[in-house]
Amino acid sequence: MTCKLYVARSRSVASRKLGEETMIMSGLDSTLFTLDEVATIIWEAADGSKPLEEIVDSKICTQFKVERAEALRDAEALVEGLAGHGILLLSSESLTGANSPRKAEE
Amino acid sequence: MSGLMQEMSAKALKLGIPLSVQIDLTYRCNERCVHCYLDHDDHGEMSTSEIKNLLDELASAGVFFLTLSGGEILLRKDFFEILEYARKLTFCVKLKTNAILIRAAEAERIRSLSVDSVQVSIYSHRPEVHDAITKVPGSLKRSLDAIRFLKAHGLKVIVADVLMRQNAQDYAHVRALAAELGAEFTLDPTITPKMDGDRSILDLNVREAALQKVFRDESLIGNVEEFCAPPAKADEEALEALPCSAGHTACYISPYGDVYPCVQFPLPSGNVRRSCFLDIWRYSGALKEVRSIRLRDLPTCSACTHVMGCTRCPGLAYMEGNMRGPSLQDCEKSFARTGIPSTNLLSQAASTHGLVQIQAVSSCSTVD
Repeated sequence: MTCKLYVARSRSVASRKLGEETMIMSGLDSTLFTLDEVATIIWEAADGSKPLEEIVDSKICTQFKVERAEALRDAEALVEGLAGHGILLLSSESLTGANSPRKAEE
Repeated sequence: MSGLMQEMSAKALKLGIPLSVQIDLTYRCNERCVHCYLDHDDHGEMSTSEIKNLLDELASAGVFFLTLSGGEILLRKDFFEILEYARKLTFCVKLKTNAILIRAAEAERIRSLSVDSVQVSIYSHRPEVHDAITKVPGSLKRSLDAIRFLKAHGLKVIVADVLMRQNAQDYAHVRALAAELGAEFTLDPTITPKMDGDRSILDLNVREAALQKVFRDESLIGNVEEFCAPPAKADEEALEALPCSAGHTACYISPYGDVYPCVQFPLPSGNVRRSCFLDIWRYSGALKEVRSIRLRDLPTCSACTHVMGCTRCPGLAYMEGNMRGPSLQDCEKSFARTGIPSTNLLSQAASTHGLVQIQAVSSCSTVD
């Protein structure tokens, strides 16, 4: 991936941390998902202000013994999968601005 | 329940997390349903700020599923403020309502707040039957119009019917109506005693023949042979099971802040106006007692042939006088389903038989 990828939790989902995992209910079709410990860390950091690679560097590579390239690949696959279910929003620009897609959800 | 949901429930149980909580925001209502278990006066409902504080506590405690019910939730002027706050805390919110105050604008607001589902009470497809149950003329039309508004906004709607003598013939029509509206359908065959212990409304329960008919309706319950099969034999491991989720991963909070194991199990367990929710959830003696009970601890039911397949509700048993005892309504359901009387029904029949014998002797004496 050449450009930066910003990620933000959709406001239409329900979510709650259950131990180290996170339960998420899609606002689109009530499908239930669970995120494991690593995915939960990415989920919690997905506030739209930081690019995914920064999240992986600061939250994953510092806590887990994993190659950066592999961690980033896995993280990209995760966020793309979640975005496909409408749970995460992805953008090449920050999602915290007034005109961001996340703002449009409000 | 899906496999994932079962897995999450098991995890919540292990971690002591209340996964599901129902809050009744008010007992006030704009209908007067003949079978309702509540009184409809306001005895001092929690304020908006009290409810918001409670929602904060529930989110911290790990509650995921939040059901907002009543009374009629839309009678609270702060309903949308509460709903918006609940969604900001990322609860999966389910609403229970008669919907007669829901029009296009309310439906749109509910959709915009990403509510998971809206359950609407419909008792008959016939206005004369539904409106006689709610005691509000025109209520069926209002509720059905509301369902159309909700569906038009893409919301998941569940039509909830309660089986009683007045409408026993109508449930299939209500189900068809729900399908036509694009809604799901649920049928509750149990009338609950009033919260104050008054059991007079139980007379509204359908007769056994009507219950048998419902339990043999393939379109409703699926495989009749399987559903009505004689109960499986219990083994030691099965008797270690929990009677239900009430007090384990679920609880109920009244408009006055009273905490109970379930809406149908009014065992006083604490009040969120006096203690924080998590302290009540973790340390309430009443909830600890509920949690200590396994199927093997039920003196009558553990030895009953139905123990494995019974829908025994500990709350109904509590309202009959003993949370470890049988619930007669569930004994009757097991009998209607399988044709096999429960231990409780057999013992009641034996005691009734004894009384008849005494009457017979007495009447002979009179003749003599």
